[in-house]
Amino acid sequence: MKADPGVYADAADVIAALMLLLEFGMLRQALVRDQVRLYAAQSAMISVLAVIIAADRNLPDLYALAALSAALKVIAVPLVLRRLLGAPAVEETRGVAGSYTLNPASAVLACIVLGAFGYFCFGSLGIHSAEAPVLALSIAGAMVFVAFVLMIVRRDVASQAIGFFSLENAISLTSLVVAAELPLLLETAFLFDLLLAVVVFGMLIRAHHSRSESLSTTDLTRLRG
Amino acid sequence: MLGVILALLVVPLAAGVVTFLVPARLAAGITIASGIACFALVLALVPEAAHGTLNYLSYLRVDAVSGVFLLATGFLYAAVAVYAAGYLKDRTDQYARRFYLGFNVFAWAMLAAPLMSSLALLWIAIEVTTVVSALLVAIETGQPGEQGDGAAEASWKYVLIASAGLGLALLATIFAYYAGAQVLGAHSNLAIAPLIAAGPRLPKTPVELSFLLAVLGFGTKVGLVPVHTWLPDAHSEAPTPVSALLSGALLATSFYAILRFYQVAAAALGTAIPRDTLLAFGIASLLLASLYLFGQRDVKRMLAYSSVEHMGILAIGVSFGAPVALAGVFLHVLAHAAAKGNAFMGAGVFTVKYGTKQMAVMRDGLRLLPWTGPTFLLAVFALCAIPPFGIFRSEFEIVAGGLDGGSDAAAAVLVILVTLAFFGLATSVTGMLLTPGPVEARAGGHGAHPDGAQADGSRADGAHPGSGAGADGTAVAVATRAPAGRLLAPGEPSTWMVVPVLAGLAVLVLLGVHPPAELTRLITQAAAQLRGAP
Repeated sequence: MKADPGVYADAADVIAALMLLLEFGMLRQALVRDQVRLYAAQSAMISVLAVIIAADRNLPDLYALAALSAALKVIAVPLVLRRLLGAPAVEETRGVAGSYTLNPASAVLACIVLGAFGYFCFGSLGIHSAEAPVLALSIAGAMVFVAFVLMIVRRDVASQAIGFFSLENAISLTSLVVAAELPLLLETAFLFDLLLAVVVFGMLIRAHHSRSESLSTTDLTRLRG
Repeated sequence: MLGVILALLVVPLAAGVVTFLVPARLAAGITIASGIACFALVLALVPEAAHGTLNYLSYLRVDAVSGVFLLATGFLYAAVAVYAAGYLKDRTDQYARRFYLGFNVFAWAMLAAPLMSSLALLWIAIEVTTVVSALLVAIETGQPGEQGDGAAEASWKYVLIASAGLGLALLATIFAYYAGAQVLGAHSNLAIAPLIAAGPRLPKTPVELSFLLAVLGFGTKVGLVPVHTWLPDAHSEAPTPVSALLSGALLATSFYAILRFYQVAAAALGTAIPRDTLLAFGIASLLLASLYLFGQRDVKRMLAYSSVEHMGILAIGVSFGAPVALAGVFLHVLAHAAAKGNAFMGAGVFTVKYGTKQMAVMRDGLRLLPWTGPTFLLAVFALCAIPPFGIFRSEFEIVAGGLDGGSDAAAAVLVILVTLAFFGLATSVTGMLLTPGPVEARAGGHGAHPDGAQADGSRADGAHPGSGAGADGTAVAVATRAPAGRLLAPGEPSTWMVVPVLAGLAVLVLLGVHPPAELTRLITQAAAQLRGAP
């Protein structure tokens, strides 16, 4: 099946825009479990885009990658994170809910400025071809910056981890836009490497929680200078 | 040579698995055997790498550049494996088995990185070093008191910041693929050699972006300022053998990744942009580290800032571009591995002996640690580029290359900042070693006198369960409060913790006075490859 060339580019642009919106949604959510839901939705978008590209460019490898990515990022990672968080009522007592270092409105404004910076930076690179829609790439640039803000503005390990996973989604989007034909072996290796990172993040979050009965990072301030 | 390379990829991994399943003493022996075997394998590989590039199985490649980094990691793996046997002798079996599993897998990932022929596999290997070493930093988290708190904080900062940095490095890899695909076709697998060969035909903007992201991303792991913030925390809170590997080998391995992107960028863009970028990061790192070396209270944290300083020197050396400067850079990688390994191993003995990492508490080191005191002083002298050690030779070559290549101002700044760093290190260390006065043992401090006075006090961070007794009865002169409150007596905690340091000193003198001919050939060839030779 060969789609119209414009269909792929438009689909990529729309999915990229939705992913950016979901990232702003994560920034705005006070409860981490809501952030996890949005992260799962954002990851699902990545898999959908991979399927569209696979169909458009006749790259069967990408179907496998889309399935693998969905299994890991839409199901496994959110499941692990929700288990770590416990019941919704518990989240409040673990120093997680609304652990902003910056109030949400200011954080969103900061993200808009930085996102615009990333958008125009990536857009002005002149990296484009039939396979690389400029708009989707620019939005991926904006997502990278917003993901960094996500990591910075919350004072709990779970939200910071979600910020990192969201950064990884931005990189996956970039990869699908400019390097979709990267050999499957390498793509799969990247994905398993992410899995390894998720496991380590999970272990460290558990260790932190078992030590301090909290997921907050406010007490991680001993090492200075 | 394929067998040697495959053995390098199998031995440490197998050692890691086996050590997890056997008692701690046996695990220590297996780790030592694996370390020495890997060092021997690397030594067998070096002459071949000095004479030409070895390519195997599409994904394995060893040239002179990778040979230098393999040598640094191989030596340090062997030396620290011996040291760890003494360091862990009083730890529980479970702790030791977990430690040795992580330690061997960490060494495996660092040895694998320079063997990879592709930028993608190189990124994966370095990501593996991050996840494994973050767990090794966190291994103290379960311990009670400040040590555990510090480890939890350091490991979280490390994994978060380094992973974010490696995210940028992954972006760099993706843009490198995009650039390569425009010339080599969509099925290019990011192999380093074809990318360098295709350099002049690669599109410039993606390559430029890729290089900048690689410096920022892998630079996070190298500890380049301003993305170095995890480094002092992780190096100071990790178990000392891990600190030695982090500082002496991991930073260099991450710098190796930057050098590979440098080669591609230099081939595509010319050397101006890559050199200027590295110069800016190098000067910033050297400046900040030199200033932070003053007023440090934690001995391992001080050594961590010294690592930032030396990574800055490497970046500046590459930015000079002259052949002699590049040869100096590769010699510096080897000499820094030996010197920083020695310094951390010495600092580890001090923390075991005194039961703390605080330098204010450490006094009279030359008398209380008759072997480690002098060797620690010599290791710090080596780090300060005092002759006859290897770092004197390497920094001399780097400065000479800077002057030779017309970078007079940068070379002058380098000399000034290195001198500043020397004063920072020297003032702290001479205080530890030469200030007279018997010292009370802290909780867990090694070698307390059985008749010493008792005193109240807080738990020492870095405390390590120790044993042994001496016969020193002079008065307490240092105002340290310790639960044990006993006078420390002269003596080393363990012979295992002294022997590898002596080997490191021998290597440092060898590198400074008369590097072997094969090594000189390897370094010369590596410098030539960095300048574009095949």
